[in-house]
Amino acid sequence: MLKKENRIFKNLYNELGWDIENSLKRDDWKDTKDLINKGREWIINEVKTSELRGRGGAGFSTGLKWSFAPKEVGSRPHYLVINADESEPGTCKDRDILRFEPQKLIEGCLIAGYTVNAHICYIYIRGEYLNEGKRLQEAIDQAYAKNFLGKNACGSGWDFDIHIHYGAGAYICGEETALLESIEGNKGQPRLKPPFPALVGLYGCPTIVNNVETVAVVPTILRRGGKWFASIGRPKNTGTKIFCISGNVNAPCNVEEEMGIPLKDLIEKHAGGVIGGWDNLQAVIPGGSSMPLLPKKVCDTLTMDFDSLIENKSGLGTAGVVVINNDQDIVECMARIARFYKHESCGQCTPCREGSGWMWRILDRVVKRKATFSDIDLLSDVTKQIEGHTICAFGEGSAWPVQGLLRHFRQEVESRCREEPLIKKKLNNPYLVDQHLLENKNA
Amino acid sequence: MSLKKVHENQPKEFKFSDKNLKKVEEILKKYPEKNKKSAVMPLLYLAQRQNNNWIPLAAMKYIANYLAMPYISVYEVATFYTMYNLAPVGKHFIQVCTTTPCLLRGADKIVKLCKENISPNENEISKKGNCSWMEVECLGACVSAPMVQINDDYYEDLDEKSTKEILTSLINDKPLKPGSYRGRKNTSPEKNLINNGEKYA
Repeated sequence: MLKKENRIFKNLYNELGWDIENSLKRDDWKDTKDLINKGREWIINEVKTSELRGRGGAGFSTGLKWSFAPKEVGSRPHYLVINADESEPGTCKDRDILRFEPQKLIEGCLIAGYTVNAHICYIYIRGEYLNEGKRLQEAIDQAYAKNFLGKNACGSGWDFDIHIHYGAGAYICGEETALLESIEGNKGQPRLKPPFPALVGLYGCPTIVNNVETVAVVPTILRRGGKWFASIGRPKNTGTKIFCISGNVNAPCNVEEEMGIPLKDLIEKHAGGVIGGWDNLQAVIPGGSSMPLLPKKVCDTLTMDFDSLIENKSGLGTAGVVVINNDQDIVECMARIARFYKHESCGQCTPCREGSGWMWRILDRVVKRKATFSDIDLLSDVTKQIEGHTICAFGEGSAWPVQGLLRHFRQEVESRCREEPLIKKKLNNPYLVDQHLLENKNA
Repeated sequence: MSLKKVHENQPKEFKFSDKNLKKVEEILKKYPEKNKKSAVMPLLYLAQRQNNNWIPLAAMKYIANYLAMPYISVYEVATFYTMYNLAPVGKHFIQVCTTTPCLLRGADKIVKLCKENISPNENEISKKGNCSWMEVECLGACVSAPMVQINDDYYEDLDEKSTKEILTSLINDKPLKPGSYRGRKNTSPEKNLINNGEKYA
């Protein structure tokens, strides 16, 4: 359990007030100038010592990412982009940071901006978070009024400006290159990597893209030392993390906890336990919808950090814990996730655009008990065809939850299938046409 | 992929109001001079607000002209992102989140209530009052599920009773306040609610 004095986000529920005066009382902007004056090397080293890993899903080392930015500014300016396009089902942590701890984010932006040589920062907020964006803008204005931003920000000698850019309801814009496309005024379709954004990013300039939570914890790390942060949690999986616990629990909530907390503790101590008791648990999606679900027997002993979840063939992702109990139809839940991915695929790569629809339609058939046994193998095959064959990680994100379902709940899926195929006439083009659509005249 | 259709009856002309033109100037300052194109998304939002929450083709042409970019690029952006409405919506536009975390807590019941009280189909203006509703994907308030977004505001922690009240208030054009409908403070855990989940929709 995380000790109270080690909590970074003390105002996660807005009990202390979000405005700058109250934030200053919580040590935001304390000695920021001195921290910046210690230099880029020191900041990057301290973040590397803390072993902070990106909180947006991939878990990449933040210190390492910052060190990829060119050391000298060439003919092109550098940019810092903050990813606040929080759209992963099950995740709502960034929303609370934007609403209630905006100064932590703004201070983090200044420090990160200085470290990667950026004078301009864009914060990309999802369009639905309009009110959160307005709140952040207010907080930014307050910071400008105190000269924490703008020319010679915070007396550090570094000029720094922050602009907010709203998305408009596209999940894919949470992918960093799609996000950059979106800021440039295009459709949000991911770019091929390499070149990585650190060298060729926004407007073709070196750009560092970080998640809100990652940047917001940096000022506290620098103030209290990388070693302090590294002492929380497990080696390589250090620090604190905001977990969002939703679904069939008695008291769904956001809570900051240390990495590596047992899942059972997280659910029982913070979220009031599973509805109907722990034994009524069916499965847990541990890291937002794109991570494979885990059945109860794995959950009994599971600890929540990047590496232990990878060992269990899942992932921490954004730490959006979705609890599913025995009252729910697990196939229907996963079919709904498949529908989400079908809706949100950007349409750029064929395997994902077509495959996400296939997966949803097959799962939908299973829910309606119209599928055959051969459909299950087909479904499994489709997930393999998508995985690894797309430009961005959306392909994996849509295929993994279905693979997880088949890995852990194959019997459940099989029990709803039947021997007889829906269409008895044998057609020779099973891969080109989705057969059940043939019934439908308008298909 | 989501499919979007443009509305049949299109107004012939669109122009930003003087107030919005000033806002446009402010928006353009955010982006580098040679990357004016970046402003297309904020400008589409402005157009949507000015035109009763939907974007006519004339507005896309106007914005394309204004930013000196091809019309098709603006069209591409407006059809790609789901938050741009290309057909009229109700004055009270209800977006029901139905993705898994909300589904687990009864979003389907809210959809049913919308069908009964607003209109049987999505994106249809209601007979009584001026409302329309649609199902949307995750709105990012999963620990407050089930929830709906009405125009800009989130209504959280709903159940059937509170949803009915909210929908009635919209039909009568006197919307209730947004926020949690279980009286909790933001996303904090509710200590008094350990009663085996009787209270969710």
